[in-house]
Amino acid sequence: MYCQGLHGSLVSHANPDNRRENRMRWFDYLLRRLIMAVFVLISVSVITFFIARVIPSDPAAAWVGSHPTQELIAKARLQLGLDRPLWVQYLRFMGDLLRGNFGVSVRTHQPILNDTKAYLPATLELVVVAMIIAVIIGIPLGVLSGARKGSWLDHSTRLIAIAGVSLPIFFLGLLLQLTFFGKLGLLPLGSRISNDIALNHPIHVQTGFYLVDSLITGNWAAFRDASVHIILPAFALAIFDIGLTICMTRSSMVEVLNEKYILAARASGISERAVLFVLALKNAIIPTITVIGLSFVYSLTGAILVEVIFSWPGLGSYVTNAVLSIDFPVIVSVTLVVTVFYVIINLILDLVQAALDPRITLN
Amino acid sequence: MNDSILTVEDLHIHFQTYAGLVHAVNGMTFDVRRGEMFGLVGESGCGKSVTGMAILNMIPRGGKVLKGRILFEGQDVLIRREEQKQDIRGKRIAIIFQDPSASLNPVFTVGNQTVRVIRQHMPISTAKARQRALEMFDAVALPDPERIFHAYPHELSGGMQQRIMISMALACGAELLIADEPTTALDVTIQAQILALMSDLRQNQNISILLITHNLGVVAETCVRIGVAYAGMIVETGKTNDVLFHTQHPYTRGLLAALPGLSNRKGSLQSIPGSVPDGLTPLKGCPFYSRCPSAMSVCQQQIPPMVDIEDAGEEHRAAC
Amino acid sequence: MAELSNIPARLPEDLAAQRQVTSRAKEYSLMWQAFRRDPLALISLVIILFFIFAAILAPVITPYAAQGRGDPNILEKFKPPSMKHWLGTDYLGRDVLARILYGARVSLSMGFMVVIIAVLVGVPLGAVAGYFGGWLDNVIMRITDMFLAFPSLLLAMAIAAALGPSFTNAMIAIALTWWPWYTRLVRAQVLSLRERFFIDASRSIGVSDLTIIRRHVIPNIMTPVLVQATMDIGSAILTGATISFIGLGVQPPTAEWGGMISDGRIYFIERPWFAGSAGMAIFLIVLAFNLIGDALRDAADPRTRRIVT
Repeated sequence: MYCQGLHGSLVSHANPDNRRENRMRWFDYLLRRLIMAVFVLISVSVITFFIARVIPSDPAAAWVGSHPTQELIAKARLQLGLDRPLWVQYLRFMGDLLRGNFGVSVRTHQPILNDTKAYLPATLELVVVAMIIAVIIGIPLGVLSGARKGSWLDHSTRLIAIAGVSLPIFFLGLLLQLTFFGKLGLLPLGSRISNDIALNHPIHVQTGFYLVDSLITGNWAAFRDASVHIILPAFALAIFDIGLTICMTRSSMVEVLNEKYILAARASGISERAVLFVLALKNAIIPTITVIGLSFVYSLTGAILVEVIFSWPGLGSYVTNAVLSIDFPVIVSVTLVVTVFYVIINLILDLVQAALDPRITLN
Repeated sequence: MNDSILTVEDLHIHFQTYAGLVHAVNGMTFDVRRGEMFGLVGESGCGKSVTGMAILNMIPRGGKVLKGRILFEGQDVLIRREEQKQDIRGKRIAIIFQDPSASLNPVFTVGNQTVRVIRQHMPISTAKARQRALEMFDAVALPDPERIFHAYPHELSGGMQQRIMISMALACGAELLIADEPTTALDVTIQAQILALMSDLRQNQNISILLITHNLGVVAETCVRIGVAYAGMIVETGKTNDVLFHTQHPYTRGLLAALPGLSNRKGSLQSIPGSVPDGLTPLKGCPFYSRCPSAMSVCQQQIPPMVDIEDAGEEHRAAC
Repeated sequence: MAELSNIPARLPEDLAAQRQVTSRAKEYSLMWQAFRRDPLALISLVIILFFIFAAILAPVITPYAAQGRGDPNILEKFKPPSMKHWLGTDYLGRDVLARILYGARVSLSMGFMVVIIAVLVGVPLGAVAGYFGGWLDNVIMRITDMFLAFPSLLLAMAIAAALGPSFTNAMIAIALTWWPWYTRLVRAQVLSLRERFFIDASRSIGVSDLTIIRRHVIPNIMTPVLVQATMDIGSAILTGATISFIGLGVQPPTAEWGGMISDGRIYFIERPWFAGSAGMAIFLIVLAFNLIGDALRDAADPRTRRIVT
């Protein structure tokens, strides 16, 4: 999975005259992918249902939480309809979900939907920043490493990349804290903003993304503070991504650079920089898009760990606290929400890949 | 030979591979005159493609020129500095390859690629470059250049792709075109068209063409002079008629005998016994020695020099 | 116009690589040869063997076996690394080295077991799906897609939470998220294998499908499966440690590397040695497996093998 090239494109012959037909096929493809996505979402809900109701030895007790009383359990049993046949339960489950009723968190006693809405932006902000870092650092390094295959730059980059994916994220987070907070005192230990800013320059929350909100309200002090707080956790998250991106871009580049059209371009005198960063990269990046999707997944799960270490108030912390307090409804709901996200992102990535590669005609 | 635009002199190239040292080119010597089409003929593995790439100073990795010179317009190409090398590539010497569909970048339109090459060598605006590209497409007899400009390579047929390659090669006014097996991947009818196109261009624009191929029939039709290569060296060269009909070297004779004739359907196909030397062990004598029906003991000891054949048409030479 | 050559055209350096190897035993010996030449791979192999032996011999190697198993020793808590305790002691005074050794048992067995289960479940499913095709293929692939739709850590967490935190449950949960990758891998391999003639040839002389699968299909797909499995052991160890870090796997006082990091987290800035050792241990093992997997993959592919046959 790590340093392998991906052959993503389905080569099929199109004709410039059929451009209009191609557009129609695009919609067709879009529709088909959407339907498939819906199917996937339904199956995800089925599996989640299984996990929520079927696997635990006493689903009602699990649902109620860490201090179940007989009364609560009985109430839950009724509420969940556990006496009814499975398929009825499933319909109930789905009905609740679609109405936004994910249940109530045993720990916070809030409807889980509200909790989720509160915590989600923090996680998203972290993941997005991490991915931006990963792309900015990873892709050029991958390109150069692939172009100078076998050189010391290549070997050391590859080693760093493999090390990057081997290091447990939570350990890396700790190391970063030790270095930048403990020894150097440069960056804060955790959380999104310092108490000082929260009290004196509070952020007027609109999107939930502190960086964005502070920017659009001109709150520079808060922006600086939020940026400083996001650096370490985003970096911890990004290291794995960087390793992955470098590996993928590199092997993709190596494959592309072996192609005849690169030789032909060089033979017609095109500058090496243009060959690498325009002609080769556009080809190499297509499978890398898939990888960015993969890395998004890892980021989602890695975010859980990073949030714990850096006390980042996002979904990851929410879920981990749920684990520690055996807050089962939260675990199930967050899994569902994140997976839905994941499916949607994959769909978008597929469509982007199809748009980028003119060879793919949407079979 | 003062009107030679290209002279390859005693070229030796070897490759460092994990299997050992491979001597790909062993004393290749020939020249291409101005405005003519010269055919470099030989089996696969005889070093002809490597020589082609060496002319552009783009020898594949692991390869090194041991000795020899390649003179283009009188100047040795092999000792030029990097910027000068790029100056030649695409601008004064151009090359087209065997498989045109692999030579075109699949994610850019052919127009985009052509314009990029043009603008690399000529300091003109994009609009002017586009115009020139369209002119070139027209010159290679592409139907509807406007439409083709916006097409992606996979949307075009093999013949059209090769025409595009030719137009890209000539767009900046190259004086020498190296065609490495340009028709091997194409249908026979398209082959004929492309060859005719190349002949026309040669005449109209006075370009010199080095045609590298294994196909004797192709050179017979189009080339004025040919050189027959075997195991990294030229074994026979001269005017096409002379070489094909007054053959001197046993290898060339073997090649011609191996061609199935349309007239005599009887008998089995003749092939040259043995196989091409693999280049790993350097040979002392004639490389054809082990397969030659008229071999003599002296052949094993020395490489036979190229001798002029008297009583033949001018410049017919063979190494035997 | 005849083709005149009897050697296919290749660049000189491919001459050696083009000779085909037919026997499987020879294939494995070639792989081993190529593998042997990579110094990183050899170092990694040594590291892994070292950890395995350390894990097996843990009770014998360390004088603090009881602490390794969990007994606290409060008087000695928070001691930095010294001659008496090579890696220091943790917040309960237990010798960290002993904890690491005992933790190796848990982590290594978790990693191996997860991969074994995933292979045992995923490979046959993939082979059947690829070989028989049709509705069976469809059903199996749909189920595979369903599992793959989840981010694997979350799915493992949810299942482990539903089953209750324990070593076995964590193992089952992780394995359940892992098998689909093998099904996909094997199915793709089988599909390309089906194109080859000898399958049809066997069927035409009446060999039963199951025998074909057993005798022809499975041996031919083992190499990529082996390579993937090797790389996965490292990832499985990492996932196991992560699950324990969150609190869903092995429960204290049993030593486990992820759990050790979780326990030592709050003390890390001042006293990094116990969480740090566990972290380094995880890093080393996962790195070793990744490097070996990478080298194996290069050795298995004749193009990258770079050996003269």
